[in-house]
Amino acid sequence: MINNSTMSRVDWSAQISKVRLFLTVQLPALYKRYPFAVIGAATLLLMIFIAIFAPFLATVDPQAVAPLNRLKPPSWEYWFGTDALGRDVYSRVMYGTRVSLTVGISVAVLSTVIGLAIGLITGFVRWVDAIVMRIMDGLMSIPSILLAIALMALTKASIENVIIAITIAEVPRVVRLVRSLVLGLREQPYVEAAAASGTPLIKTLLRHILPNIAAPLLVQATYICASAMITEAILSFIGAGTPPNIPSWGNIMAESRSLFQIAGYLILFPSIFLSATVLAVNYLGDGLRDALDPRLSRRM
Amino acid sequence: MSQATGKSILEVKDLRTYFYTRDGVVRSVDGVSFSVSEGETLAIVGESGCGKSVTSLSLLRLIPSPPGKIVSGSVLYHGKDLLKLSEDEMRDIRGDKISMIFQEPMTSLNPVLTIGRQIGEVLELHRHCTKEQAHERILELLKLVNISEPERRINEYPHQLSGGMRQRIMIAMALACDPEILIADEPTTALDVTIQAQILNLIRELRDRTRAAIILITHDLGVVAEMAQRVVVMYAGRKVEEASVFDLFAKPMHPYTLGLLNSMPRLDDSSSKRLVEIPGMVPSMKTEIVGCAFAPRCSEASDRCLLESPVLKDYGNQHSVACWNPVGVSRDSA
Amino acid sequence: MLSYIVRRLGATVVVMAVVAFVVFSLLYLTPGDPAAVIAGDVATTEDIARIRQSLGLDQPFLVRFGNWVWALLHGDMGTSIFNSLPVSKLIGQRVEPTLSLTICTLIVAILTSVPLGAIAAARAESKLDHAIMGFSVLGFSIPVFVLAYLLILLFSLQLHWLPVQGYRPISEGIWPWFKHLILPSLALGTVYAALIARITRASILDVLSQDYIRTAQAKGLKESDIMIHHALKNAAVPIITIIGIGIGLLISGAVVTETVFAIPGIGRLTVDAILRRDYPIIQGVILIFSATYVMINLMIDLSYVFFDPRIRY
Repeated sequence: MINNSTMSRVDWSAQISKVRLFLTVQLPALYKRYPFAVIGAATLLLMIFIAIFAPFLATVDPQAVAPLNRLKPPSWEYWFGTDALGRDVYSRVMYGTRVSLTVGISVAVLSTVIGLAIGLITGFVRWVDAIVMRIMDGLMSIPSILLAIALMALTKASIENVIIAITIAEVPRVVRLVRSLVLGLREQPYVEAAAASGTPLIKTLLRHILPNIAAPLLVQATYICASAMITEAILSFIGAGTPPNIPSWGNIMAESRSLFQIAGYLILFPSIFLSATVLAVNYLGDGLRDALDPRLSRRM
Repeated sequence: MSQATGKSILEVKDLRTYFYTRDGVVRSVDGVSFSVSEGETLAIVGESGCGKSVTSLSLLRLIPSPPGKIVSGSVLYHGKDLLKLSEDEMRDIRGDKISMIFQEPMTSLNPVLTIGRQIGEVLELHRHCTKEQAHERILELLKLVNISEPERRINEYPHQLSGGMRQRIMIAMALACDPEILIADEPTTALDVTIQAQILNLIRELRDRTRAAIILITHDLGVVAEMAQRVVVMYAGRKVEEASVFDLFAKPMHPYTLGLLNSMPRLDDSSSKRLVEIPGMVPSMKTEIVGCAFAPRCSEASDRCLLESPVLKDYGNQHSVACWNPVGVSRDSA
Repeated sequence: MLSYIVRRLGATVVVMAVVAFVVFSLLYLTPGDPAAVIAGDVATTEDIARIRQSLGLDQPFLVRFGNWVWALLHGDMGTSIFNSLPVSKLIGQRVEPTLSLTICTLIVAILTSVPLGAIAAARAESKLDHAIMGFSVLGFSIPVFVLAYLLILLFSLQLHWLPVQGYRPISEGIWPWFKHLILPSLALGTVYAALIARITRASILDVLSQDYIRTAQAKGLKESDIMIHHALKNAAVPIITIIGIGIGLLISGAVVTETVFAIPGIGRLTVDAILRRDYPIIQGVILIFSATYVMINLMIDLSYVFFDPRIRY
């Protein structure tokens, strides 16, 4: 007998058994089939955790300058050592997670959304296509780091500007992907049939086009996230990225450019974190690609 | 019409080829035996998925080896088991003593190499010809398969030729070294009907001229009637009937064969009856089949059919059937 | 064929025009007063006015663009804000190191990645394949400078086999020149090689699953012959395409690599220019690099016809 009170109460036992099913059956099965992707996802989750809980994980204020303690190697007090200003590298690396993840995910989301919008328009409106693709070709001819460098040279250093700069560099690739997918899909018999039976464009888009491009876009987005994280690190490393007062893995390494021969740990720890995160995202992308459509692995 | 001398040159015994996939083991060829005599044309007939193509690929050991494996059986060519040869020895036989043509002429030729190069390759490999000798022989072959302007064609690329012409090139390549056996896997299925007739005529002509034995894989009984001397009918990876082509059409004994024949639309049947179909579907090859594979669809099925896998029994005149209740034989005398 | 070349050249000109326009207008599209941004935080109003004048910011947009393009076509890329030297001269001085680095890297990367990708494809799903592909994912997940430091740590600081930093021009001898380029080429080329190996494998795998490979097997050809004579030519187009596109990666990476290894090339010039916000130099560098990238890809496009006879323009 169903009554209102039964329906509004959450069925906890059902939820718990769902979680238990996931942990004991589905997760091991996923791991067996896509081991690297699962490890990648787990690593990424760890990084997200670190980013969110950085204030609790850090041992010291990352900005706290202590000139007396400068350039100390890793020890029980300073797990990753200290930098040229005596700041604790471990705490800075913890906070640096926030920057990399923020930049990576923001760029991935923004460039996908913007690229999708532009790509859809170029796929359907011929004259827009001609103009926009010429601009995209031009943008793509400029190596992305240089484009980002140029943009950053003209604006104040801030995380928002870094995100915008890298997004602008990545959008053309998304547009090209969306455009080629849309053009290919438009030739498909079922899309032509939909048009022939008078389906309004919006419905065609939602029902036929978008579901079919969702998978390649998602895979591309993960690769963009990885690439954006590396780009931010490079930009910060050469001094054109995150402002120096915000710790990011890239600028922790930048500050130690001249010191790496005597204080290698300054480079070591941020690079381990950066490489691990980027690797994790790349593996996740590969796993998604294989899971969603094995044929994609030939194109990507 | 028959050039067969009755001397058996190829004997396939209990061939089993399985594919090991993530979803299970697919038993594509599950215990097939037959033999081919010198100069004879044997047709292997069956629906899509019955294992006839896999059988033909197994003869030349062209099964892609990670998922597929020839699990057991023997393929005796002049007494030597091909399945036990080294890869080097097998390569000597391919293209030279036993050659094969495939279903899709559009994709079976390498698009970036000229016709002359692709045919010449076989000659250089097996006959060690010089370029000039090869050139002469290639022209000969092209004329043999009725390709016009052979001098020009030698330097052209596959995409410049039509489907029918490409299939002729495939035939030329296959016959270049005068093979003893030609395996033709659905050679005309992908072609237009008029071209089909041309190609079949060509194959017949060449067969008569070269006295090669032909193993013809097809699902088209019309092609069987025109080309074959003996027929093997396959279903779900097993042989269900074998007979001379006349006996098969006149007195089919396996219910499946009867079903196939009945479902062919015929020119001489003027009544506008509904086309007969065999009810049901081909079983999934991923699960082990207990009993007769055809039983679920068979109008003659008895309890025994569902439990026991039927054994091949010879009914004289080289006509054998694997069925507990063959057509035209009183029940339970089988 | 000729009409295709002409059309492609025309498209190239259009692309370069777009690049020039983008590079030029970036200065004006970014928020804020570009002269002020370039002058920096501690500039005085006189500094800003001087910069504004040197960049010609006080004239109408199209006039400026026109003048700029005109000067460009005469080889004049403006002058550095920092030291008032012509940009083209500054870049010209740095060409040799960057060119040396890039060519070394290209050769090493292509010669290793294509065979590795082919072997991985030939032995698909085997341990070797997984190992090669595993390395390639590592290759483009580790940022260039991290790899650079790792290499220096191992080969220079620990083993003392190779110099830590620096560049020796060819005029000082082939071996010193080469010795100083080994580590930078390895660091820079790894990402590039990883990408090429992946695409090579994918392309060859795709080709190996085609019917004509089965035909070649049925003819009795050896596996190595099939790979060399049948598979590679068909797989070539995507491979050389990625070689062309990957040059963009090389160029980006050169900036960082030159910084880490203290190579006085165009990349280093760019990094110095960023710190001083010397925008004319950045503009010039982008133009040169983009033009190079576009030219190389144009040549690759035109070369397709040698690999695939179906492409006839």
